[in-house]
Formats: sequence, structure tokens, C-alpha cells
Amino acid sequence: MILEALIGFTFLAALVVLVAPDAWAGRLAAAVSLVPFAGALYAWSQFDGAGNALTGGTIAFESRVEWIEVGGRTVSWFVGLDGISLPLVVLTTFLVPLAILSAWTPIDERQSQFYGLMLFMEANLLGVFTALDFFVWFIFWEAVLVPMYFLIGIWGGPRRKYAAIKFFVYTNAASLVMFIGFTALTFALGDSVRSFGLPEITAAIAAGELSTWFGIAPGTIAMGAFLAMFAGFAVKVPVVPVHTWLPDAHVEAPTPVSVLLAGVLLKMGTYALLRYNFTMLPDQAAALAVPIATIAVISVIYGAMLALAQKDLKRIVAYSSVSSMGYVILGLVVFTEYGVGGATFQMVAHGLISGLMFMAVGVVYNATHTRMVGDMAGMADRMPITVGILVAGAFGYMGLPLMAGFAGEFFIFVGSFGAPSLPYAPVFTALAMFGIVIVAGYLLSAMQKTLFGPFRLETDYEISSAPFHDVAPLAVLLVAIIVLGVAPDLVFEMIRDATMPVVEGVSANV
Amino acid sequence: MYETLPAWASLSPALLLGLAGLALLLVDTIRPNERSNTMLAVVGTVGALASLTVTVWFVVAGVGHADTGGAVTLFADAVKVDTMSLFFTAIFASVTALVVVAAHDYFDDHTHPAAFYSLTLFAATGMSLLAVANSLAVVFVALEMVSLPSYALVAFLKSNRGSVEAGLKYFLVGALSSAVFLFGISLVYAATGSLVFSGVAAGIGSVGDLAGIAGVGIVMIIGGVAFKTASVPFHFWAPEAYEGAPAPVSAFLSSASKAAGFVVAFRVFTEAFPIGASVAANIDWVLAFGVLAAVTMTLGNFAAAVQEEVKRMLAYSSIGHAGYALIGLAALSAGGSGNHAVMGAAMAHLLVYGFMNTGAFLFVAMVERWGVGRTFADYGGLARRAPLASTAMAVFMFSLAGLPPFAGFFSKYFLFLGAIDNGFIWLAVIGAVNSVLSLYYYSRVVRAMFLDDPATPGALEAIDTRPTALYAAVVFAAVATVLLLPGFGPVIETAEAAAAALF
Repeated sequence: MILEALIGFTFLAALVVLVAPDAWAGRLAAAVSLVPFAGALYAWSQFDGAGNALTGGTIAFESRVEWIEVGGRTVSWFVGLDGISLPLVVLTTFLVPLAILSAWTPIDERQSQFYGLMLFMEANLLGVFTALDFFVWFIFWEAVLVPMYFLIGIWGGPRRKYAAIKFFVYTNAASLVMFIGFTALTFALGDSVRSFGLPEITAAIAAGELSTWFGIAPGTIAMGAFLAMFAGFAVKVPVVPVHTWLPDAHVEAPTPVSVLLAGVLLKMGTYALLRYNFTMLPDQAAALAVPIATIAVISVIYGAMLALAQKDLKRIVAYSSVSSMGYVILGLVVFTEYGVGGATFQMVAHGLISGLMFMAVGVVYNATHTRMVGDMAGMADRMPITVGILVAGAFGYMGLPLMAGFAGEFFIFVGSFGAPSLPYAPVFTALAMFGIVIVAGYLLSAMQKTLFGPFRLETDYEISSAPFHDVAPLAVLLVAIIVLGVAPDLVFEMIRDATMPVVEGVSANV
Repeated sequence: MYETLPAWASLSPALLLGLAGLALLLVDTIRPNERSNTMLAVVGTVGALASLTVTVWFVVAGVGHADTGGAVTLFADAVKVDTMSLFFTAIFASVTALVVVAAHDYFDDHTHPAAFYSLTLFAATGMSLLAVANSLAVVFVALEMVSLPSYALVAFLKSNRGSVEAGLKYFLVGALSSAVFLFGISLVYAATGSLVFSGVAAGIGSVGDLAGIAGVGIVMIIGGVAFKTASVPFHFWAPEAYEGAPAPVSAFLSSASKAAGFVVAFRVFTEAFPIGASVAANIDWVLAFGVLAAVTMTLGNFAAAVQEEVKRMLAYSSIGHAGYALIGLAALSAGGSGNHAVMGAAMAHLLVYGFMNTGAFLFVAMVERWGVGRTFADYGGLARRAPLASTAMAVFMFSLAGLPPFAGFFSKYFLFLGAIDNGFIWLAVIGAVNSVLSLYYYSRVVRAMFLDDPATPGALEAIDTRPTALYAAVVFAAVATVLLLPGFGPVIETAEAAAAALF
């Protein structure tokens, strides 16, 4: 029941905040958003799951109620957690209160609607990470788009309408492609599955229950479904070449929305890839390992080079997200203990680090009203604490040891270097590692230009140190990043436990 | 408890609607010069809700269900009460209640609103009679009973040129299609020798040389159905009538009247012209509906995409939705195992549509009441002055487009899935593609309300009142649109069971 309580409370909180007066909607939202976080921590303390939820592991907090029947299959309200979803649930509930705090300064109109939509989105995100029935999952998955559309479109920058609609159209079209792919899969399973529960469908596919449908051979359907779902999720991740909505959405979105977009929404894509493509259809994934790894490496390098060419601090961070997500894909496709586990760990680590970076850039922007590299210099003198944390976060991005980013990337490289199922694994790994060098290049150069040297600001604003509620979330995030970097086993233990069945499923066939 | 009631009591949903209509006339007779229409609205709403309550009770109790003795037939088989008729009566009564409540504010400065309320209730009575009709004669009488009040309702604002013109066009097309429909009935009677559905079905089975006459008759009946459901080729009255009519009337016509057309179509074509016998006689009406469904949804969607006025866009979108619902007839096959599933899905879609489309038109009614304007640009920035109503409108738009997490997603999904399961993958593909395209024009409304700025700086000053009843109706429709997603199970089960009784 705790998951229902978690999601239900967040929905309710969203409704209450939506009708609260603008004057104290922000404070109310921050207060109520701590409740889901506390609930997620409680769930963590009581977590008794083992193995992977889809491959027959013990599902924690499992609850299942029949809902309706569709064409001979039952749709159930089916939620539960395993070692992959719990860290993402905790990450979501952890980032939302911080994002709400960081919204106090920049959001100065229609506050109650803004915070209400943020909480509404949180509720749906929790649904995405906990749902184990395809239909329930898909409804939450789509429902995330609606608040995001409004959050970008109403409170965004000058080109907000374009960015919001581009985001909506891109991700919606992607969802449709994915939906068709998955539906074809269920048709091909025929009567062998009587529900839309993901564990049942995974088991049936593993048992070879796919049959010919409309004259299409089972292997072709599985491959077609894999490609359709991969294409659908790739937009969400995003990987090159379907990443173009991301910089627009990020640049136009207000800071707190960027934090959630980079911190959690991108993880929906990699989470779904792991669940659907790599757990349900591992044979197809292994067969396509080389093209997928190629896409991953291109994302890493090309994303980093794009970041190198940007002048807008937010764009730099946005493109480096594309680069970081490339590592996650690489980790997933190698099917090794540290590859898949490291990729999942990197989802959490990148959620924290990119959240910190967007927030820090946002705090600087609140003071200077510009994000252009050339417009400012020497910010370190005026905003020492903010800049200090920004620099620390950037080093986290570059993979400084003892920070979460290092652990994630290190795991992925360890896992991918000797991957048995991926030909030329060392070559792919070496190329991807080169991305780190570029990251260091552009982050150091951007910081050196904007933060250090004599003070100069093109826009006429008085700079004083940022208010406490702006800096506090930055500090909290930095602490979390360091804690995860020093003790990755806090979450890596359970991630490894949940990802091992996926790895073993493939290595048995190699 | 209902077992102790006499058999005619199974008609009480229709009787209650009719009585409410008469009571409205009575109220108007007692207080002819009363300017406030509150009393009228209360009587009309109570009548519609009483009918709805009894209908839901009957469905739950299983009146006309196979488990409780099968359909109740009355008046020498002229009417037949079964789950399907109750299901559609529930749609009619819900839409009527919403429209009557909303009209309280829309017509509050009208000098003689009593006519509106009684005409609406009488039209609703005719619709619930259509739902129970078991003979072509009753079908025609009930159809006229719906049509005649509808013509008057469209032209209700008699000093408004648009309203009068729309009424005239509607009347002319309606009179023509009624004539065609009646002629079709007479041809079918000539070929089969019966007007009662079961007799017609027996006659079709042994039609012999008269198959040509029966075929022409059936095509003409399809024409009559197409008029009532606003489908191709008799759809062209709909944009004019819906646009010119007062918005609550548009809501009533595009939701309830359309559903009434579908209940006739579903019943006549499955019971009077069974697929097997019709195909054996070379009268393949399934194919005809397949073509009509494909053309109707495509035409409706493409025409809706190029409109500049919201109400007209909704009118074309309602043509598109008629095309989706036609899949319920077009994706049938003789002895197909999924026949009841696809027709049930079409019925469930009409129920969901009853709420989301009525709500959308009532929102338009509210905007008309404010006098803000009619185009997409005029809707700019509405969310700033009316956030609650705009949110409700966004719910309707997303639900009409078939986006989760709203009920329209499930009803469309079941419909397309039913078509695929029954072997009509091409219809499902056309439907799905249209459904995706429709997101473009539905989202334009949302974009205008939430993201765009007002057309002129002072445009929103016109929003000076908060019409309580209209608000209540719109918000209630939105809540129903959302709650029908988790509550879709009982709806689709009832609908499938109702459809299963026809095959």
C-alpha cells in the first residue's frame, strides 16, 4: 500500500497546491513535497525485494488489483519495486523538493499553478517507475508530458511555445511508435499471456511463446518490436540523432523544470530501455549490440562536441546530458555485471549531477540575467559559495574520483571493456572514454571564462550573494553526490542484485 | 424489486423524460411571464436525472438482460427494452442533464426560455424511443420525434441570422433525408413483407428475386442513418447547424442526437439485416459502412484541421468521431468472434464522447456567453482569467485526441483493438492515423488558452461573470471524462454484453 499512498498523496498535494493562493504556494509545495521523500526513504528502509521484478525476482511492496479486460487480457493496477526502480523513486522524490526550492526566486507569476503542475508531474513520474503493468505504465508515461508541456510553455523563456510544442510532438510521436511496437508483441504472444503484466510478458517471450501473426514470423516481430521500442525510447533519452528537442526544451524551460527534465525525465527513457528492450528482448539487443554501441559512442562524442561549441551555459549543460546518456546506453548494451549495473547507477548519479549543474547555472542567471559565456567574468568574487558548488559539480561531471559521476562512469568502463557479447568492446570503450576529455575541456574553459579573472558583467545588475533557499539545495545535492561517490554500494548493491538476472539471461546464450 | 413492476414500466426512462417535458409546459402555463428560468432548469434537470437514475438502476438490476429473462418486448414486438437500449438511454439522459443545467446561464436573458427546455426534453424522449424501437415504423416515428424539436432548437435564437439560417439548412437536409429514409423503409417492406426487425430478418433470408429492391432500400436507410449521425455523405449540414445553433444546442445535437443515430444503426443492421443473410443476398452493407467510416473520419479530421473558429472545428471533429463510431458496424463479419467486442467498444466510445464532446461545446457556450470571440486567436490567454474552466477544456481536448490519461484513450484503444481482432486492420490503421493527426487541431485550443497572449490587451475584460451553472456542467463533464478512465471496466463490460445480445 505504501506505493499507492505515495502516488495518491502526491496527486492530492498537487490538487491542494493548485488552488492555494499564489503568495504561499511555494512554501506549501516545498513542505508537502517532503512527505513523498520521507515515504520513499521509508520504502527504502523496508525494501525486501530481490532480483529483477521482470524476471521472477521478489517484488517489494507488490500490489495487484484487476482493472479491466482488453481483448482477452487483463489490465491490472500492478505496482512494485525492485533494485532498479527504488533508486529512481528515491531520486525523484529527492529532486522535486530541491527543484521547488530553487523555483522560489525565478517563478514570480501564477505560482500555485506552477507548483501544482510540478507535484502533478512528480506523481506521474513515481507511477512510471513503479508500474509493472504495461497499460498503467503507459498512462503514467504519457501523463508526464502534459504538465511538462505547460511548465515549459507558460513559464519558459522567449521561445517557450516553440520549445514546448517541439517537446510535445517529438515525445508523443515517439510514444506512438513504441506503443505500436509493444502492441505487436502482445498480438504475437497470442493466448499464451492473459495479462499485460510485464513479468508475465517477459516470461512468455523468454519461453519462446511468440508465434506468427498476420503472416509475420516471430523473429521478425520481435526484431520489429525491439526497433520500434528502441526508437521510441531513444527520443526520450535522447540519443543522437533524435536529440534536437532537448537543447530547445532545456534552454527555454525555467531552471526548476530543467532540473527535473535532466534529472528524472531523461531517466524515463533509459529506464524503459532497460525494462523493455534489454530485459524483455535480450536476444535482439545482443544481436544489435554493435549498432547500438555505435549510436551510444556517437552520442557521447557528438554530444560533447556540440557542448564544446556552445556559448550559453545552459546549452552546455544540456548537450553534455546527451553525452552522459550515451554512457548509459553503452553500459546497457554490453550486458555485463558492471555495464548494466553501472548504467543504472549512472542514471542516479547523472540525475544528481545534472540537477546540480542546472540549478547552479540558474542561481547565477537569477543574479546576472544572462547565461552567455562572454557576458560575464569573475563571478567567483561576488558569489563565492554558489561558484564553489558549481565548480565542484563540474568536477563531478568530469568524473572526479570520490564523486558519484566517477563511480558511474568507472563501472560502465569496467563493464564494457571486457564485454563478451559486444565485438570490439575495447575499441568502443576507448572511444567513449575520449568523451571525458572533451567534457573536461569545455567545462574548464567555460568556468575559467565566466567564474574567474577580474569581475565584468555586460548586464547592469547588482550582484550580491544568492539567498539561502537558492544555495541550500545546491549544497544538499553536492553532499548527496559526494556520499554516493564515496559509498556507491549504498545503492549499487541493490542495483547489481536487480540487474544480474538481465546479464545472466544474455551471457547464457553467448 | 423491479420484478413486481408491470412490463410497461421498463419504458419508464423514456416516460420520465416525456413527463418532464410536459411538466415544463405546465410550469410555463402557470407562470407565462416569469423571467427567471431557474424553475424550468430545475424541473428539466430533475426529469433528466430521474430518467438517468432509473436507467442505471435497470442496468444494474439486469432488466432486459439474458440472465433475467431476456429483452422485454411490448406492443406486439414494436418496442424492445434490452441492455443496449438502456445503455444508450443513459447517454441521452446524461447529456440532456448537462445541457439543461448549462442552459440556465446561457439563456438567462432570453424572454421565453420555456420552449428550449421542453423541446430538449421531448427530443430526448424521442431518442430514448429510438433506443427501444424494434420495428421500422417505430424507428421512423421516433426519428421524426427527435428531428422536429431539433430543427426548432437550432433556430431558437430567432433574431440571430446565423441561428435561423442554420435551422433552415438543417431542416431542408433533414426533410430530404427523412423522405429518403422513409422510402427505404417502404422498399424493405415491399421486399420482406414485415416492419418488425425479426420479420425483416426472416424476409431477407428468403428474399430471392427481390434482393435488388431490398438492397436499394437498405442503401436508403444507410442514408438516413448517415444524416442522423452526421457521417458522409449526409454530413454537410453539421458544420453549419452546429456553428449557427446556440452552443448548448450544438452540444445536445452533436452528442445525444448522434448517439441516437448510432443506436438505430446498430440495432437495425444487426437485427433486421443480419450480416450472413444480407451477404448471401448480395447486400454487403458491412463494406458500405467500412468505406463510409474511412471517408468520414478522414474528411472530418482534415476539415477540422483547417478551421479558424473553435466551434466549427468541434463540428468537424464531431464528424470525425462519427467515423470512429462507424467502425462498430464496419468491422463486423458474419460469425466473427469479436463482433460484440468491436460494437461494444463503439458504444463505450459514444458514452465517453457524450461527456467530453458535450463538455467542449458547453465551454464554447461559456465563451459565447462572455462574448470573447469565436476564433482560436480569441481564445488566447483564457486560462489567465478562467483557469478552472480552461483546465476542463484542456481535459476535453486531450481526451478527444485520445491521449492518456483520459477516458478517450481507452475508448479509442478498445475500438481499434476490436477492429484488429476482428480482422479489419486497415480500419484500425486509418483510425489510428486520424487520431494522431487530430492532436494537431485539438492542441491548438490548449495552446491558445494556456500559452498565447490575449488577442487584444483588453480582450479578457469581457469575462466579468462566473456563470455558476455553466461552470458546474463543464467541470462535471471534465470530472466524468477523467473518472471514466479508472471506471472504464463496468462501462465496456456492459456495452459488450449489450452488443453480444444482438448477434
